[in-house]
Amino acid sequence: MSVKIESEPLFSAKNLKLITDPINKNNPITVLVLGICSALAVTVKLEPSVVMAISVIAVLTLANVITSLLRNTIPSRIRIIVQLVIIASLVILVDEILKAFAYDVSKQLSVFVGLIITNCIIMGRLEAFALGNKPWPSTLDGLGNGIGYGIILVIVGFFRELLGSGTLWNYRVIPESIYISNGGFYENNGLFILPPMALIIVGIIIWIQRSKTRELIENE
Amino acid sequence: MENLLSIFVKSIFVDNMIFAYFLGMCSYLAVSKTVKTSAGLGLAVVFVLGITVPVNYLINNYLLAPGALKWLSPSLADMDLSFLSFIMFIAVIASMVQLVEMIIEKFSPALYSSLGIFLPLIAVNCAILGGSLFMQEREYANITEATVFGLGSGVGWFLAIVGIAAIREKLKYSNVPAPLRGLGITFIVTGLMGIAFMTFMGIKL
Repeated sequence: MSVKIESEPLFSAKNLKLITDPINKNNPITVLVLGICSALAVTVKLEPSVVMAISVIAVLTLANVITSLLRNTIPSRIRIIVQLVIIASLVILVDEILKAFAYDVSKQLSVFVGLIITNCIIMGRLEAFALGNKPWPSTLDGLGNGIGYGIILVIVGFFRELLGSGTLWNYRVIPESIYISNGGFYENNGLFILPPMALIIVGIIIWIQRSKTRELIENE
Repeated sequence: MENLLSIFVKSIFVDNMIFAYFLGMCSYLAVSKTVKTSAGLGLAVVFVLGITVPVNYLINNYLLAPGALKWLSPSLADMDLSFLSFIMFIAVIASMVQLVEMIIEKFSPALYSSLGIFLPLIAVNCAILGGSLFMQEREYANITEATVFGLGSGVGWFLAIVGIAAIREKLKYSNVPAPLRGLGITFIVTGLMGIAFMTFMGIKL
């Protein structure tokens, strides 16, 4: 078996595809509709979006690796409980690390760190990929899907913070002097801070992506 | 009593699981093609939330919260097991869903066959775990409040999914731009419904 692994380079075209595919054509959020639940509520600002994206990438990659290593020993009847335990332990780890090193962000994310457990992306990838593949491709698959998810999160966070608060990562981007209150002409769009705008931004991202990649269009 | 009513109304309209917190979006988007199936799923969610939130309330207050183990022995008064809450909650939810499924199958086969496939799916519905986590975060005073909150959140979720399913049934007859068809327009409509629900925000009860 080890011979076979050596005969295939670590970053062969097939393996690279595992990373690049989920970023556009098989994007977990805009194409597979997985993992929207815990994602959109954290995108008011760029910083929590990035932290959330990194947490999900870490949990997803590690859970994929662990499940893939255990795939021959997990009895299929109780696999869902086993997967939930693996994910929950990793999420507890992430939660404790965030509380220790990034307390403010951890407070902002509140219950949404815990909700990574029920993020369908993670269960979905474990079921669909890690249970039937070797550890290395599973690592790449986890990484790819995590990044695909993270990119959408960061795009939404970017626009919501820029247009809603005029800042990026808490630094002022749109200068104070052009605001109406200082005699200018500009005003923040308060709608972008509110939750519904996240949905509409994702809707627009889907629109743009599908008009570029036309094979994704649904025919009902 | 007034307090309970206010929690109930607040959890349905103001803190709606879908429009304010995006919880349970996956099944919300996947199962909202027809009103009938989405009503079935909605009912199942109301049911499971109404059971798991009070159970997790008891677990949180008598096992996990800081000092909760005092009833066992005074020496455990400064024990804090709250870091275990995620794993306990999800275990309770998974086993409760299993239990509810068996009970319904035994006593009401008709309801079982209409809910059938949705019940196991609910274990990984974020709205259920979210309900328990919000219950923990908001520190409700007693189990009645927690139950009312659980039921209210379920009803809010039910309303949202039936609403979007009705809109999607009508959308079939309209000419949506091709790249927006299906998923895209559903997102945007949900956003617009969310804006409508925000009018409840200022209500003080």
